[in-house]
Amino acid sequence: MSAPALSATAAPSLDSARFATHISQRGQLPAWWLETKKAAWNQFNALPMPSRTDETWRFTNISTLDLSGFELPEDASQHIPHLADFPHTAEIIFSNRQVVARTTVPADLAAKGVIFAPLDEALAQHGDLVRKYFQKLPANLGSEKFVALNTAFTGSGALLYVPKGVEITAPFVLQHTLSGANKAAFPHTIVVLEDNAKATLVEFFVSADQSRHLASGVNDLHAGPGAQLTYVGAQNWSGDTLSFQANSIVVERDARVLSLNVHLGGRQARHESHSRLLGPGAHSEMLALTVATGDHEFDQRTLQTHVSPHTTSNLLYKNALLDTAKTIFSGLIIVEPDAQKTDAYQKNRNLMLSNEAEAHSLPGLEIQANDVKCSHGSTSSRIEPEQEFYLQARGIKLAAAKQMLVFAFFEEVLNQLTDEALHASLRTLIESKFKK
Amino acid sequence: MPDIDTLPTDPAVENPAVGIDQTVGDFTYDVKYEFDAGSGLNENTVRYISSVKKEAPWILEFRLKALKTFLEKPMPTHWATKDLLNIDFDKIRYYLSQGQKPKRTWDEVPDDIKKTFERLGIPEQERKFLAGVEAQFDSEAAYSNVKDIVAKQGVIFCNSTEALREHPEIFKKFFGKVIPTGDNKFSALNSAVFSGGSFIYVPKGVKVAQPLQAYFRINAENFGQFERTLIIADEGAEVTYMEGCTAPKFSTSTLHSAVVELVALKGAKIQYITVQNWAPNVYNLVTKRGVAHEDAEIKWIDCNIGSRLTMKYPGVVLKGKRARGEVVSIALANDGQHQDTGAKMIHAADDTTSVIVAKSISVGQGRSTYRGVVHIPKHLKGCKNNTECDALLINTNSRTDTYPAIVVRGDTHSVQHEASVSKVNEEQIFYMQQRGLTEAQAMSLAVNGFVNDLVRQFPMEYSVELKRLIDLEMEGSVG
Repeated sequence: MSAPALSATAAPSLDSARFATHISQRGQLPAWWLETKKAAWNQFNALPMPSRTDETWRFTNISTLDLSGFELPEDASQHIPHLADFPHTAEIIFSNRQVVARTTVPADLAAKGVIFAPLDEALAQHGDLVRKYFQKLPANLGSEKFVALNTAFTGSGALLYVPKGVEITAPFVLQHTLSGANKAAFPHTIVVLEDNAKATLVEFFVSADQSRHLASGVNDLHAGPGAQLTYVGAQNWSGDTLSFQANSIVVERDARVLSLNVHLGGRQARHESHSRLLGPGAHSEMLALTVATGDHEFDQRTLQTHVSPHTTSNLLYKNALLDTAKTIFSGLIIVEPDAQKTDAYQKNRNLMLSNEAEAHSLPGLEIQANDVKCSHGSTSSRIEPEQEFYLQARGIKLAAAKQMLVFAFFEEVLNQLTDEALHASLRTLIESKFKK
Repeated sequence: MPDIDTLPTDPAVENPAVGIDQTVGDFTYDVKYEFDAGSGLNENTVRYISSVKKEAPWILEFRLKALKTFLEKPMPTHWATKDLLNIDFDKIRYYLSQGQKPKRTWDEVPDDIKKTFERLGIPEQERKFLAGVEAQFDSEAAYSNVKDIVAKQGVIFCNSTEALREHPEIFKKFFGKVIPTGDNKFSALNSAVFSGGSFIYVPKGVKVAQPLQAYFRINAENFGQFERTLIIADEGAEVTYMEGCTAPKFSTSTLHSAVVELVALKGAKIQYITVQNWAPNVYNLVTKRGVAHEDAEIKWIDCNIGSRLTMKYPGVVLKGKRARGEVVSIALANDGQHQDTGAKMIHAADDTTSVIVAKSISVGQGRSTYRGVVHIPKHLKGCKNNTECDALLINTNSRTDTYPAIVVRGDTHSVQHEASVSKVNEEQIFYMQQRGLTEAQAMSLAVNGFVNDLVRQFPMEYSVELKRLIDLEMEGSVG
C-alpha cells in the first residue's frame, strides 16, 4: 500500500498544476526567485525518495514518508493558539501560510536598519539581501528532496536582519500554525546577524487541531564576525503530522550561535541541524529536547563541521521516551584537515521511561587533524533508582519524584537560556506535553 | 635521532614471536602447487575445490548457493570505503595447495613449507607454550598437531577440511549457523570457496590450560585465502585460541576473507586472540561472530597492525541469560593503511552484559575507523553495555572516524558509549624530554602507555612483541 507512495510523483495535490498556480500568484516577486523555485520543483521531482540503504536515513521508518494527499491551505484558521507569553521585540504569526498577526519592529531599531518581515515581503523589498543568504550553505544531511519541496512552495517564513553592532535583548517571535485536514506548510526563515550584532529568534511550529499535516521547514541562520545569535525552535505539531526541518547554521570568526530545538509533536518528525564553523573563535552550541510519546518517531540528524582552526562546538541532545515512541539521534563531528585546535563535543542522553520505547543513537566522529579535543558520549538508561529513593526518603511520593527527576533532566539544557521569561515559557510548554 | 633500539623500554627479544614484525614475514618460496584452481571465480572454480577436497554433495550444494549469493550482493560501498572497488575478483587465485592432508610431525612437512614456518618460529613456539598448532599454507593446513594430554581429554583440533570428513555430525550442526552465508558479500564469498581454518571441539567441562594456535601464511601472489574456523566449547568448557598471520609484500593486492564462528554453550568460556599483521597490500575482510549461551562468555582480543584495508567487527550474540561478551580492539594505521574495525554486540536474552574497549592509533596518513553496533531489542530486561573508544592521532594529517550505532528498547537497561580523540599530551612529552629522553623515545613511551592496559591482556609473548612493534612504527613519525 505504501510502496506507490514512495514515488516522486505521489503528491497529487502538490502537483505541477498546483505549482504553476503558486508561481503565477507571485508574479510581483524577483525573477531570480521564481527561477530558483522552478529549479527546486524540478529537483524535487528528479530526486528519489529516501531508501533503506541511505546511510543518512538509517533506522528511519521509510515506509511512512507518505507525501500523498497533502495540499496548500487557502484560508487561515479561526483558532490560533498564542504561544509567545514572554516579552518580545516583534512578532509575526502565520496561520495556514498567511500572516494573521504582526507587530512591527520598534521605530528605534527600524531606524538602525533592523528588518523583520515575512519572506514574500522581504523578497519584494530586500530581494538582494535574501538572495545573498538564501541556501548559500545548505544543511547537508540527507533531506535534499524535502528542502527542494520547501523552496518550490515556500511563501511563509521571514527574514530577520540585524546590522552591524546592533544588540537586541528581547526575542523576535515567529509562529507557524496549521489547521484543517491534509494541509501543508513550507516555512523558510533567514536570520542574518552582521558583525557584532546580537539577537534572539524564537520560532513556534504548532497545529491548531489534531488533523493530518505536512510541514517541511528550512532555516538559514548566519552569524557574522563577533555576532551572538540565539535561535529557539519549538515544535508541537499534531500527532498526525509528518514534519521535516533542515537548519543550516553558519558561524563566522568569533561569533557564537546557540540553537535549541524542542520537539514535542508530530507522528514522524525529522530535524536536521548542520553547523559550520568558518572562522577562528567561532562557537556553536547545539541543544535539543524531545518528549517522545505515543508511537511517534523523532529523527534528529546533526553535523558539526569545523572548517577553520581554533573553533569550538558543543552538542547536547536529550530525549525522554514514553509509550512506544522511537527516537533516532545521528550526529557527526567533522574536523577538516586545517581545523587544528578544534574543541568539539557531542552528547546524546536518552531517558527511557517506558519498556516499549526505542532509542537509536549514532554518534559519529570524522577527524582529519591531530591537535584537537573531540569526544562524544551516548547513554540510554532509566531514572536512577537511587535518586528516586533519595527523594522518597524525604517524603516525596514516587510519582512526584519521577516527575521532578524528568524535569531536572531537561533543566540542564533549558538552563543554557539566559532569558528567564523565555526559559519559563518553554518549561511550561514542555511540562504541559509531559503531563498529558 | 638515536637508534630506536636504545630505548629504555625496548626489551631484548632474541626470538621475536611470529606475526608481529613485518620484516620477519617478508619472504616467499617458489612452491610447486599440486592443486591450483586458476585465476577468477565461477561455478567451475567452486566445483574444482569441492572435488579436490572429495566433499560430500551437501557441501558442494552449500558452496554453489553461496556463490550465487556472493554474485548477487552489491559491494557495501554505501557505507564502506570505495577502496573495496579496487579488488579484482578475476585476478585472484582461489585455491592452491600441495595436498589436503596435514602432517602430524614437522619432519613430514615438505621442505619449502617447513622452512617457511621455521623462519616464522612456529615449531619453537609450539614447544614452548602451546597446546596445539595448526599451520596453514595458502589454502590448506600443512601441519596440524595437538598435544597428547589435550587430545586425551577429548579435545578435537584439526582443520575444517578434516573436520568435514571426520566429524561431520558436529560440524554440520553448527556450521553456518552463527554467520549465515548471506550475512554479507564476503561471508558469501568465503562460504563458496572456503578452505582450511580450524575446527575445535572442547567437550563438557574440559578446560584447556594452554592456548591453541593457528598460523595463516600466504605464500603465492594474487592469492585469496578463505579459511573457515568453527570453535565449539561444550557446557562448562574453556579454551583460548590464538591466530597469527603473515604474507610477503607483493606488488599486487591479495585478499584474505575468513569466516570465524564461535559457539559457547552453557557456562563455557572462549577467548579468541588475533594478531593481524598482513603485508600492506592485503585486503583483510573478515566476518567473526560468536554465540554465547546461558552464563557463557566470549571474549575477542583483536589487534590489527597490518593490511592495506581491514574490515572486521567481531561480534557476540548474547543468546542465553547472563551471557557476557567482550571485545578488546587495538588498531594501528600507518601510511596507506585503513583499519576499519570495531565490534557488534547483539543482546538476545535478559541480564546479558557486553563490554567494548577499542583503541586506535593513526600514524602519518593512516586512517583508523571504529564502527560498532550495540543492539538491545524489545522485551529484554537488565541488559548492560559499556563502550569506550579512544583514538590517538600522531601526525597532523592522520585521520580517525567513529561510527557507533546503538539501539536500546525498554527502560531496564543501561547503555553507555564514550569516545575521545586526542593527540599525545605535549606536557607528557616535555616531562620525559626533561628527563633525557629524545622526542621519539618519549613519543613511543606515550603511545605504549595509551594502549598498555589492553596490551597487558595479551599472552606475554605477544604483548612484549606488540610493544616492540609500536616502537618500530613510531620511528620517524616525529621530528
